[in-house]
Amino acid sequence: MRNCKKAEIICTKIQYKEATFLEKFQIRLHLILCRTCKGFVKKNSKFTSLCDQANLKTLPVEEKEKMKRILAERQ
Amino acid sequence: MTKQILNPDTWVDRYSDYLFNYAVTRVNDAEIAKDLVQETFFAGLKSAKNFKGEAAERTWLISILKRKVIDHYRKINSQKAKAMVRITQNRDSENEGDFMEQQVADPDSLLENSEIENKELGLAIHECINKLPKKQALAFTLKTINGLSTEEVCKELNINPSNLWVIIHRARTVLMDCLNTNWFKI
Repeated sequence: MRNCKKAEIICTKIQYKEATFLEKFQIRLHLILCRTCKGFVKKNSKFTSLCDQANLKTLPVEEKEKMKRILAERQ
Repeated sequence: MTKQILNPDTWVDRYSDYLFNYAVTRVNDAEIAKDLVQETFFAGLKSAKNFKGEAAERTWLISILKRKVIDHYRKINSQKAKAMVRITQNRDSENEGDFMEQQVADPDSLLENSEIENKELGLAIHECINKLPKKQALAFTLKTINGLSTEEVCKELNINPSNLWVIIHRARTVLMDCLNTNWFKI
């Protein structure tokens, strides 16, 4: 069970391309044995591609602060 | 049904990204979208006393923003009232596209559809992010949408990297479940 938890977190790191070589090796090994995690990896990658596809945007923090100030003044 | 109340103090934190995404996919310009969101908040404040508490806060703000987007298009359209649509009839090519019928969009193409789907997908993801605990939402947004490096996010949130990965992992798990119910099955 503990291994699965670890594998899932490595899988999340892989989504951001930040897993180390050792971690990648560990997850390969784990995935041979564990079906549940294989499913999770698939779902996780799909989610990453959905996020890319959606082209998400946020307002920059400074803009938000500015808006907050102006809103507070008007209240 | 419980009566909804307005909390203008929390508007920027809770809804600005959602409204911004809504606006930016419709006007295609970040600067204009930002102004529209700001105007929406102002208009919301102004007519807060008319809020009957029947709709959720966000629904109400979106309905204001919708009007703002329409107004924006009215304004730019009145400025170029004399604009004309020109179609070049004779292009250089010998036979391809000579007929008007060959110049219209392919009705079987799925490209236009996928653009509309992506707009809605973006809103669906933001809606799910809004449901996350504040720290998870912030970590996920900084890392995924703003693309900051791990060290920067850690510094911002004052946590260590292994903590950050656990937080992001939890956020992603919840988001996947949320999208499963609000969007198509992943």
